[in-house]
Amino acid sequence: MAYSDKVLDHYSHPRNVGSMDKSSDDVGTGLVGAPECGDVMKLQIKVNRETNVIEDAKFKTFGCGSAIASSSLATEWVKGKTVDEALAIKNMDIVKELSLPPVKIHCSVLAEDAIRAAIGDWKKKQGAAQPVAAQAK
Amino acid sequence: MSTDVKVPQAQQQPQHFASKDVKLPVYMDNHATTPMDPRVLDEMLPYFMEKFGNAASRNHSFGWAAEEGVETARERIAKLIGATTKEVIFTSGATESDNLAIKGVAEMYREKGNHIITAVTEHKAVLDTCKRLEKNGYRVTYMPVQKDGLVDLDDLKRAMDDKTILVSIMYANNEIGVLQPVAEIGKLCHERGVIFHTDATQAIGKVPVDVIKQNIDLASISAHKMYGPKGVGALYVRRKNPRVQLSAIIDGGGHERGMRSGTLNVPSIVGLGKACAIASEEMSHEAVRLSGLRDRLRDRIMGRLDEVYINGSTEHRLPGNLNISFAYVEGESLLMGINDIAVSSGSACTSATLEPSYVLKALGTGDDLAHSSIRFGIGRFNTEAEVDYVADRVVETVERLRELSPLYEMAKEGINLKDVKWAGE
Repeated sequence: MAYSDKVLDHYSHPRNVGSMDKSSDDVGTGLVGAPECGDVMKLQIKVNRETNVIEDAKFKTFGCGSAIASSSLATEWVKGKTVDEALAIKNMDIVKELSLPPVKIHCSVLAEDAIRAAIGDWKKKQGAAQPVAAQAK
Repeated sequence: MSTDVKVPQAQQQPQHFASKDVKLPVYMDNHATTPMDPRVLDEMLPYFMEKFGNAASRNHSFGWAAEEGVETARERIAKLIGATTKEVIFTSGATESDNLAIKGVAEMYREKGNHIITAVTEHKAVLDTCKRLEKNGYRVTYMPVQKDGLVDLDDLKRAMDDKTILVSIMYANNEIGVLQPVAEIGKLCHERGVIFHTDATQAIGKVPVDVIKQNIDLASISAHKMYGPKGVGALYVRRKNPRVQLSAIIDGGGHERGMRSGTLNVPSIVGLGKACAIASEEMSHEAVRLSGLRDRLRDRIMGRLDEVYINGSTEHRLPGNLNISFAYVEGESLLMGINDIAVSSGSACTSATLEPSYVLKALGTGDDLAHSSIRFGIGRFNTEAEVDYVADRVVETVERLRELSPLYEMAKEGINLKDVKWAGE
């Protein structure tokens, strides 16, 4: 199978590879996929409490080149966006940007899931954190 | 960017410096097909233009020349496997040979029984042929294999009943290279009056095959897996003790003793014959060289990477085969990283079905490790310098991809991946 230049570029030079402290309150972690299915993505975001802007994003992916490229691209795209803006990213945007063939669409779906899961985790932490903050007042 | 993990970046291709002895890309997928030996091509060339005759033309010299080429080829094939010339039927390749053997026996012996035994790790040419027969009222037992990929002879005994007419078990597996105990299987079959077919595509020319000593009744042969041309093969059909009869699946002019009609593909048949003649001469020496290269590749990879697993028996195995799983790394992404090397993966992403290798699954290899498998097929034209280059590239790419792998990170943190509740399951 021939890969698009953009997939090759992300595969060879993945952006934002790494990990952040998943126990930190301002970090949201999404872990999606399963080893048995051949794809696991971990995507993390660090969100500014005041502005809800995603200041940093990291990923690690076990999967094919298209899966690596999709998650690498996802970290690039969410950075600098607010949480709500990031939630608006759709898998088909990734498909289009990377020219993924039909058999690789599931990679983009997984990347969208990873964004949502990371934001969901962050929101959960904010929900849990707020009552504590209220009490402190 | 301060929290970035340092990931060694892949070089812009092609900046991987192979030594001057290595010509890129490296072909190491010799189970898929082999390059033709130049000696085979030389032997074939006259049969395209000068000796172009139809081997069935009995009344002129053009026909006689073609026939002579065909008969020489038949002798060479027979010699390689311990058969007689009348027992060699030419076909278009091993898929046709498998079809002819299985369907041919099924139809011919329908009165005697309707039960066929094969194994789950067979090539699709056997499995799908059996599935078709099931639709036509035959009963097929697909035997499981043991962890090392070999069939259990006791399982086979138990599977046989008084309606069993055929056992079809491959000689050497195309993915993991394991060699089945064909002589013992053949003996069990002969004791019970059951015909034994073996798809010997990967074995012939690589390991000694002797149809008499190994009690083989039908054997499928392919030229392009042994440095011959594509589109030609043969089926060995035993003529005595027992005499095996087949119903033809291609009808026509009655060529090949009525078992396979169609004008003979003379140049390719001549090529198959030459490939067999070379194998007869060089096989024993070549096997030593190839297993040496294979072991070198294995050691240079496994000596530098942990959590690398060999799939299938290491003892009963083709000399040039190495099939290994690299935990925490997905096979297709690994192939992409070593894109100047031609190998195969059992990863679902590389198959049309999006299922990981059914052969590896049959060994009890988890899906995760099946996705992580690479098949190396070392052949006649591979060199030690290529093996070293391949090992270096594989090690460097696996290391890079592991740094990128959340699974590797979790495993290093002491998390048992089997205990994780995965969202995608």
